Amino acid sequence: MDLSFGLTMTFWGMGITLITLGLLILIIKLMNKIYPYKKEDDKKD
Amino acid sequence: MDIFMSTLSALTQGFANLTWQNSIMIVVGCVLLYLGTAKKIEPVLLIPIGFGIVLGNLPLAGLSASDEGGVINILYKTGILTELFPCLLFIGLGAMIDFGPMLANPSVLIFGAAGQFGIFLTLLIALALGFGRGEAISIAVIGACDGPTAIYVASKYALNLLPAISIAAYSYMSLVPIIQPPIMRAMTTKKERAILMPPGEKKSSKTVKLLFPLVAGIITILIAPMGAPLMGMLMLGNFLKESGVVGRLVDVSQNALTNLITLFLGLSIGASMLSGNFLQWQTLLVFALGLIAIAFDTVTGMLLGKFMCFISKGKINPLLGAAGTSAFPMSARVVQKEGQKANPRSLLLFHAIGANTGGQIGSVMAAATMLAIMSKLVH
Repeated sequence: MDLSFGLTMTFWGMGITLITLGLLILIIKLMNKIYPYKKEDDKKD
Repeated sequence: MDIFMSTLSALTQGFANLTWQNSIMIVVGCVLLYLGTAKKIEPVLLIPIGFGIVLGNLPLAGLSASDEGGVINILYKTGILTELFPCLLFIGLGAMIDFGPMLANPSVLIFGAAGQFGIFLTLLIALALGFGRGEAISIAVIGACDGPTAIYVASKYALNLLPAISIAAYSYMSLVPIIQPPIMRAMTTKKERAILMPPGEKKSSKTVKLLFPLVAGIITILIAPMGAPLMGMLMLGNFLKESGVVGRLVDVSQNALTNLITLFLGLSIGASMLSGNFLQWQTLLVFALGLIAIAFDTVTGMLLGKFMCFISKGKINPLLGAAGTSAFPMSARVVQKEGQKANPRSLLLFHAIGANTGGQIGSVMAAATMLAIMSKLVH
């Protein structure tokens, strides 16, 4: 079994996915703070 | 008399060249057609695939994906071998997806990461069973619960397994309402499933909804450039939708483009399912491993769900963990249904959709990372 390949994929695959989604969570929270929801947004729809 | 016999011979060539392997594959195609038409299981995919299998396995018809110059061969070379079709499908998906619930409560994105762990567990199992690296990652990506992503990866690294992987990916997506609930019930108590979460009242602004696909696209592509074709197209479709100024493009992305590509994709994949590459023990393994991948996704998602329930002191319903797959919106609906079975007042859909869209992004990131590592190893 190509264990080193499999473990490398698992480590980096999950790691990068977790880091990326974590980063996106922070960015979205920042965007929500800078551009908060306003009731006018519903009227624009 | 010679002319008569020659003509007779020419007219019966089809029957003369029909092998038992062709016949089995034609029956397989008919089974898919039955499942699509009579049982209405993913008819939009199974009907083109089923018909493609029938056409591709009729001898001397020139309609298999490998018959040079044939109409389906042209579709196959143009759309599958170039990875064009999955990318175009992602424009349509992006134009249909609503990131609003996730943007209003971005913490649910973390479920989208946990829901991908099954991919990597299955990768290890596939390697242990003797599959090569490219085949193993292509099979494991079935766990992404995302047909276009699975096709994209398989067309790069496991063309011989592409038909089986495509059918497994799309079939299991539609079977999520059957695969997930037993695992969800086994891993939670009724009291946990009955946890009420306040209905999503938070909203995100239109500006955030518009900026998200652009910002997320840039960041994720910088992190994993190999995922650019999929992530870029997904975010393009979503930006078109959220811009609110290109209704025609959104309409064609959601409808004509998606429907046309789905038809061509199904037909060309079906016609690539020839007896030589399908009637092998490996095909059964692909189906088994695909099922294991999705089951593992649910297990790891549920484990995170239970952990979040614990650290939130019972405020977060652990069922949300099962929504972190990319099977949108099936997983979200399953979570809502299971929640309501435990507590009729439960309204988990809003939160589950947020986690589900997170799963969509997570699955592309997981696949992109694997592609990035593979490209370094190959080159």
